[in-house]
Amino acid sequence: MIPSLPRPVWLRASTALYVAAFLAFLFLPLVVVAVFAFNDAPYPAPPWRGVTLDWFFGNAATGRVGLFQDGELLASIGTSCVVAAWVTVLSVGVGLANAFLLERARFPGKRLLSVLMLAPLVIPGVILGISILAFASRLADFGEDLLGWDLDFLRPGLTLVVLGQFSFIATVATLTLAARLRRFDRTLEEAALNLGATRAAVLRTILLPYLRPALFGSAAVSFLMSFADFNTTLMLVGNDAPLTVMMYGRMREGATPVLNAVSLLLMVVSGALALALIRRRR
Amino acid sequence: MAERATGRIGAGIGLALLLAPALLWITLLIVLPHVDLAILSFRERVGARQYAPSLAQYATFFREPLYWHVFLRTAVMSVLATALTLLVSFPIAWVIAKIARGRSGSFLFVACLVPFWVSETVRTLGWMILLRQSGVLPALLVRLGLTAAPPELLYHDATILLGLVYTSMLFMLIPLVSSLESLDDSLIEAAYDLGAGGGTILRTIVVPHAAPGITAGCIIVFMLTLGNYLTPTLLGGKNSQWFTEQIYTQFITRFNWEQGAAFGFLLLALSTALVILGLRATGQRFGEVMQRS
Repeated sequence: MIPSLPRPVWLRASTALYVAAFLAFLFLPLVVVAVFAFNDAPYPAPPWRGVTLDWFFGNAATGRVGLFQDGELLASIGTSCVVAAWVTVLSVGVGLANAFLLERARFPGKRLLSVLMLAPLVIPGVILGISILAFASRLADFGEDLLGWDLDFLRPGLTLVVLGQFSFIATVATLTLAARLRRFDRTLEEAALNLGATRAAVLRTILLPYLRPALFGSAAVSFLMSFADFNTTLMLVGNDAPLTVMMYGRMREGATPVLNAVSLLLMVVSGALALALIRRRR
Repeated sequence: MAERATGRIGAGIGLALLLAPALLWITLLIVLPHVDLAILSFRERVGARQYAPSLAQYATFFREPLYWHVFLRTAVMSVLATALTLLVSFPIAWVIAKIARGRSGSFLFVACLVPFWVSETVRTLGWMILLRQSGVLPALLVRLGLTAAPPELLYHDATILLGLVYTSMLFMLIPLVSSLESLDDSLIEAAYDLGAGGGTILRTIVVPHAAPGITAGCIIVFMLTLGNYLTPTLLGGKNSQWFTEQIYTQFITRFNWEQGAAFGFLLLALSTALVILGLRATGQRFGEVMQRS
């Protein structure tokens, strides 16, 4: 019940208890991951054997490989960053065009297009992945057989990973940017045009500054979604594995706490990004 | 006149430029790939690089009990996970939207969102460390004297459900909170003054008002759960029997794309059917629901 109505003590107590239990449930896995990054043991499991930084910096004496020496893992972080940067640029760029298209333009078939733009959110990621994989391979085969072209970028690899992630992250960027543009006060734009500003000047000096928070927000979300994506990426990945795929492979084998170390790094970076974004929005 | 004509041409070019990225994206990455997947699923290999149209892939699905068992199991578990996610998230959404006011409310909301900025891989790693036989919770159970030997808490259906609920909560919380926030408190007060109990208020006022949010959350969670791969395979191990795993096996391991495409379409059909059913049941439109989430 709401605070303005009488709430019996047992209800208050159980509400507080539930919230506490919920928060514990929410943070327990993350806390455990973070804590075991420092455990002085070859596996991320109890008992606690004391604190070590070996899983970050390595230890020549024990032969432990830390995060900052694990070339494979570092390379996969680099791969993830490159992919995420591309996905972000593409998604925010296309999202911006789409926002104007949905909010400003009028054309036949607009309804259908706007529904199709939402579709990627309700298509399971695995299916997006395999459909793009199959279609790209068909195009590549076609180019090879008929034209003698070598279209290697259409074979499983980073280009396809970028395209696959972009295919649904673009929807998220579009929704964020369109929502912001919808709330724009158009009289500002009209005033500028009346005062003799060109369309380009209006875009540069009024619309883009207005959209800036949404641009930053959708860029951050796109980057993180790309970095975290697993389902679509798994289907399209070639030889260079991004971090999520690399971690998945190692988790199946039972990895050393170096995975905890890299996870902690991710938590710190994405946590900082999330908080910065929330601050900004206030 | 001339100026107006060039203006119109200019606007036409502008529209074309705005339309181009959207059309390229939708046709090349969404529509055509799915058409291709459909074509792939309706053919059969009859010789080396020789294919004939056929329903064999779908026939295999229905003939082979393993396949449709896994399919049904995935569907039932996903419905279960969606219902559990709703049950777990609703009280928290209520607290955020109605009870905790001002700062503490938004703090709680932020606290609920932050874990989801970390990837599912990391969160699943956490659950594995907590639940596996050599993990934290089994050790704790032994320490407390509840069990003699550490039990294996991974690789059960309940573990898969737990992981799925955990990983989908965010997508339930956001639409729930936004739909509950728009509910006017005075309606609840009026109902209370007229003698309605908690159950009646929930059934006749809260749930009908929050229905769009509930639908939006359930649709997204169901679809994400159905299409999840990481959580079932890691927390369920060999027992996971999740349908996306079958798709992966056909596509990547066995290189039987025709079969994999048919499986993909069956999964897509299931997810679309339940989305439509959900929308019908609550009388809502797809676009509106998606805007909410």
